[in-house]
Amino acid sequence: MIIAAGELYPIFEWAKELLTGLGLPEVWQHLIIYGALAAILFGTLSVFALFLVWWERKIAAHIQQRFGPMRVGWHGWYQTIMDAVKLLQKEDIRVAIRDKAVFFWAPVLCFVAAFLAYVVMPFGEGLIVADLNIGILYIMAVTTFTVIALLMAGWGSHNKYALLGGMRSAAQVVSYEVPMAVSLLAIVVFTGSLSMQDIVNSQSGYIWNWFIFKVPFGPIAFITYTIAAVAEANRVPFDIPEAESELVAGYNVEYSGMKFAMFFLAEFINLFTVSAIATTVFFGGWNGPLLPSWVWFLLKTFGIVLLMMLFRWTYPRLRVDQLMKFAWKFLVPVTFANLILAGIIKYYGWYW
Amino acid sequence: MALRTEEFQVNMGPHHPATHGVCRMVLTMDGEKVIKIEPVIGYLHRAIEKICENRTYPQCLPLMDRFEYVTSMATNQVFSMAAEKLAEIEVPERAEYLRVIMVELNRIASHLIFYGVTAMDLGAYTPFLYGLRERELILDLFEETCGQRLTYNYIRIGGVSKDILPGFDKKAHAALDTIEQKLEDYEGLLNENPIWLVRTKGVGVLPAEVAIQYGVSGPSLRASGVDYDIRRDDPYSVYHKFDWEVPTRQNGDTFDRYIQRLDEIRVSIKILRQAIDGLPEGDIKAKVKPKFKPKEGEVYNRIESARGEMGCHLVSDGTVKPVRVKLRGSSYNNLQAIPAFATNCMIADLVAIFATMDIILPECDR
Repeated sequence: MIIAAGELYPIFEWAKELLTGLGLPEVWQHLIIYGALAAILFGTLSVFALFLVWWERKIAAHIQQRFGPMRVGWHGWYQTIMDAVKLLQKEDIRVAIRDKAVFFWAPVLCFVAAFLAYVVMPFGEGLIVADLNIGILYIMAVTTFTVIALLMAGWGSHNKYALLGGMRSAAQVVSYEVPMAVSLLAIVVFTGSLSMQDIVNSQSGYIWNWFIFKVPFGPIAFITYTIAAVAEANRVPFDIPEAESELVAGYNVEYSGMKFAMFFLAEFINLFTVSAIATTVFFGGWNGPLLPSWVWFLLKTFGIVLLMMLFRWTYPRLRVDQLMKFAWKFLVPVTFANLILAGIIKYYGWYW
Repeated sequence: MALRTEEFQVNMGPHHPATHGVCRMVLTMDGEKVIKIEPVIGYLHRAIEKICENRTYPQCLPLMDRFEYVTSMATNQVFSMAAEKLAEIEVPERAEYLRVIMVELNRIASHLIFYGVTAMDLGAYTPFLYGLRERELILDLFEETCGQRLTYNYIRIGGVSKDILPGFDKKAHAALDTIEQKLEDYEGLLNENPIWLVRTKGVGVLPAEVAIQYGVSGPSLRASGVDYDIRRDDPYSVYHKFDWEVPTRQNGDTFDRYIQRLDEIRVSIKILRQAIDGLPEGDIKAKVKPKFKPKEGEVYNRIESARGEMGCHLVSDGTVKPVRVKLRGSSYNNLQAIPAFATNCMIADLVAIFATMDIILPECDR
C-alpha cells in the first residue's frame, strides 16, 4: 500500500470497500482513488496559488505604503480569482512565426512540473499521496522540469528577449540546483532516509528536534537552501529570467491569456513548493502541539513564503554573471563543506 | 565540431520599461554583452522650437513646460531669463527668490524620481514608491502656489505668476525636514546593500575627459570629478547670496552618479532653507507688456537644471515674435555620451547606466 497510514486511511478503506462493492476490478479502483486525490491536490494548490498572488500584492502594497487590491470583496480577497477569470476569457495572441509545438507545450509542461512535487509532500500526519522511499530525490528531479519549460518558452516565442530570458533561466536554475540539493543532502545524511515521511518523523517531539536547531549544520544548510530556493523560484534578487527592466518580461513576453496565467500560477506554486520542502526538512514538517498537523504545516510554510516575499520587495536584482559567480564560487563550496561537516558529526555522534 | 555563434541585434525601445520614455537603442549583442549601442531619438519630437516662432514671447512659455516636464520650473526660468535679457527687463528681488525656491524644489522632486526609477531599473521596486511619496509633498506646495502639479507655467517673463500663500514657509520647512530625514532611509535601504554595491560600483565608469568631450553636464559630470556648476561658475538669479557648496564625486561610476544626486538634494535643501527664511518683501513681477517688442539681436542664456546645462538661444528681429528659438537640453548630450563609455557592458549594466545618466526623452527630442 503506497498511501500512508494516518488520518486519511479510513477514508481510503471506505472508498475501496465501496468500489469493491460495485464490482470494479482493482486497477479501476486505484485509478479512481488516485484520480480523486489528484483532483483534490490540484484544487487545493490552485487555491493556494491564488491566495499567494493576493497575499504578495497585499504585502508589497503595505511595504510600499499603498493599499493594494481593495475593491472586490473584503480587502480585495477575490481579486486574483477575478484576474484568473479575466485571463481565461482573454484572446490567446500568438506570434505568427512561433515554433508551434514548443510554444504550445511550454506552459503546460511548466504547470505540470510545478504540481509533480506534491506527490510526496507530507501535508500532515498521513496526508501524503505516496510515501516514496526516494522522496526528496524525486522532488529535486521533477522540479528541474521547470527549466525545460522555460527554455522551451524562450525558444518557441521567436523573440530575442524571450530567448535571452530562457537562456538565463536555464543557466540559473541548473547552477542553483547543485547547492540546493547538497544543502538538503546534509540533512539526508543525518536521517539516513530520503523519504519525506521519515524526515518528518525523525523531527517529532519538541522544537529542538527540528533540524534547524538540532544539529550545528542545520542553520547553515537552511540559509544556503533558502538562497538557492529563491533562485530556483526565479524571484528577486534572482529574478533575472524575467527581469522586467532589462528583458521586458523575459521568457513569457509573448504569452498572453491563459498561457501566461499558467506560467504565473506555476511560479507561485513553485514558491510554495520550495517553502514546503524547507518546512519539511528544517522546521519539523507537520509536527506541532495542539493544532491539527496540516495547520502546522501550512503555518510554517506560509511563514517561509513570507520571508521570501520580504526578500522580493526589498532587494535589487543581481546581474547574470554575478549570479553565476555567487552560485559556483560561494554557495557550492559552502554547501559541500557543510555536507562534510554533517558527515563528521553523524559519524562521531556529536549531537543530542 | 565547432558551434557557430553570431551577434544579434536587439531593439531596446521605443517601448521598453527601462528607457524612461520613448528612446530606442539599437543594440548589437554578443550573448548578454552589448558590443554596440546606437541611440535613436525623435519619437517624442513635437517641434517646440518651430511652434515658438509663431507665438509671442509670453505665449511660448506654456510650450516650455512641455520641453522638459520633469523640471518644468527650470524650463520656464531659462526661457524667461533669455527673454528678459533680450528685452532688458529688471526682475524684482522677491521674484528672483521665488524662482530660486521653486526651481530648487523642482530639482529635489526630479532627483527623487531619479532615485525611484534607478532603483526600479536595478530590480528594487519599493524605492520607487518611496521616492514618489516624498515628491508628493513638493507637488502639494506647487499645487497650492500655482494650481498645477506637473506643467506649472509659474515663472513668467519679468517675474512669477502668483505670490506664495501665507503659511507656505512653514509647509515648505516641514516638507524639507521630512525629505532630509527620509534621505537617510533611502541611503539605509540601498547604499550598503551588497547587491546594490556589486551592481553599481565600478560599473559604467564615465571618465572626466570623455564627459567633457561629449558635453555631458550636471550631476553626471560632477560625479566624474569635474567641479562645474553653472549656478556657481556663471552665477545667475540670486544664488550668489546663499552659502552653499558644489558636491563632487571622483569615480564617475554608476554608484557615484547615484550618490551625487542624493548629495545634491541636500545642497538644494540648504539653499532652500536660506531662501525661504530670507525672502524679501516687494513686487513679484515687473511690468511687462503682453506684446513687448525686444530690440533686434540675439541672446543665449543657460541655467543649471536638475540634469545639467539647460540653454535657450533667442534671436529677435524687433517684432513681437522670436525669429528663432534654440533650446539646449542636457539629456541630449548626456545620451550621446552613452555609446562612448558604455560599450562592452552587459545589458543589465546598460540599464543601470541609462538610469543614472538620468535621461529624459522629451528634452532630447523637443
